[in-house]
Amino acid sequence: MFDAILIFTGFLMIGALLGFALVTLPRFMAPSRPGELKSVTYECGERPIGEPWVKFRVAYYVFALAFVVFDVEAVFLYPWAVIIRQLGIYGLVQMAIFIGILVLGLAYAWRKGVLKWV
Amino acid sequence: MTLLKTLIGMLALVMVVLVNTIVVMWCERKWMGHMQSRQGPMRTGFHGALQPFADALKLLGKEDLVPAGADRILYLIAPIIAFTPSILVYAATPWVAAFTGASFDVGIFMVFAIAALFPVGILVAGWSSHNKYSLIGGFRAAAQQISYEVPMILAVLGVVMLAGSMGLQQIVEAQAGVWNVITQPFAFILFFVGMLAELNRTPFDMPEAESELVAGFNTEYSSMRFALFFVAEYMNVFTWSLLTVLLFLGGWSGPLLPGIVWLFLKTYLLVFVIIWVRATFPRVRVDQLMEIGWKLLLPAALLNVLITAVGIVTNLVVLSVLEFAAAAALVWLVSRLGKHAGDRVREAAVERHAPPRTRAAEATVASTETEGATA
Repeated sequence: MFDAILIFTGFLMIGALLGFALVTLPRFMAPSRPGELKSVTYECGERPIGEPWVKFRVAYYVFALAFVVFDVEAVFLYPWAVIIRQLGIYGLVQMAIFIGILVLGLAYAWRKGVLKWV
Repeated sequence: MTLLKTLIGMLALVMVVLVNTIVVMWCERKWMGHMQSRQGPMRTGFHGALQPFADALKLLGKEDLVPAGADRILYLIAPIIAFTPSILVYAATPWVAAFTGASFDVGIFMVFAIAALFPVGILVAGWSSHNKYSLIGGFRAAAQQISYEVPMILAVLGVVMLAGSMGLQQIVEAQAGVWNVITQPFAFILFFVGMLAELNRTPFDMPEAESELVAGFNTEYSSMRFALFFVAEYMNVFTWSLLTVLLFLGGWSGPLLPGIVWLFLKTYLLVFVIIWVRATFPRVRVDQLMEIGWKLLLPAALLNVLITAVGIVTNLVVLSVLEFAAAAALVWLVSRLGKHAGDRVREAAVERHAPPRTRAAEATVASTETEGATA
């Protein structure tokens, strides 16, 4: 396990350092002539109109909530999946009930019409 | 000493991955070119083999710009946030039977956990750019992630059940007799669709969507920061092809040739399929992806979990038959839905392009009717 953590940390360091090195390279190789017009954000070649950081209407809010539920469900399912052979029918029925409840929830949301991009 | 050896091994592995990323880039341009009756890059090296290097050199010489009003720190680190996980995935990915570097017991689970960080990088990039197109691209990446991820994770559940382990090494060993694509064809289809969305590739390339969002989340990026997103994307194509091979196509098992050769052959076959898909399908809308994810893939993935569980408790032949039946049913359903949508589009088009005389006639009829009503 210690080895695994070491290797994980190693790859994390390599990835981050490699990324950092790559973005730092142009600092020595590329020209730098900043200009006012250059740093204007692109908007079809015109001067940007208005502020981009407006209150954004997140149209998939309900999906995000359902996502949390089902992602956590997936986390619960994995340990069960590993030992399903030992659990046999008993484990199958139990998990069927658990999934069944969640599917009911999904079906209810669907019926209610909230699974829609509004 | 062993520490140094491990470090050199890891660096060598990263180099192998980077070389493969370059090969995938070249494959994409070349194969896409031939699919579109072009030749693709031809001038740099043999059949454009040096094109990726030329691109990298060009980008190295470009000015690293930060747009006015951007959230500077986030803008600068976003490419690194997107790039690091694509390397980090290899901490849990085995290549051959002998590779035991970091055989995590939770292998595939950890791969999913790490891969989930990539859209975060895109969201950060999109938000910090201070550009409307980037912002929309970033939010689309988030919308996309919550659509594909659950079905994708649930599709792999069947593989985990069959292997009785989450470790990728054990999953490959469990496929020594029969590959998972035979016992899990339904899960394979679901996983593949989820994977295309994970890779942000056509038909699910909404965060970039060059024909509507300029370049999506990386509109404002230039120089190596842009390249980093680009490299991360192609590295992910290779990584997920490799992971699909490990999960469904028996990993490094195969007759005659050594295991590593088989692994690469299968991986590049999948890379080809991914590029082929890009050359074939139009982009779906972001709300359509949500519909696909939540109303089609998620129920299908739950059905797959059920089928697999039943199959394991009974026997593998039953499982295989059920899975193939489910896969066939899914393909039939999608083709029906597609036909239905196509019919509606055609009807709408016929109405729009109705000959002017009919329209005029309709107008006359309508006006006489109203006249009649007023009279």
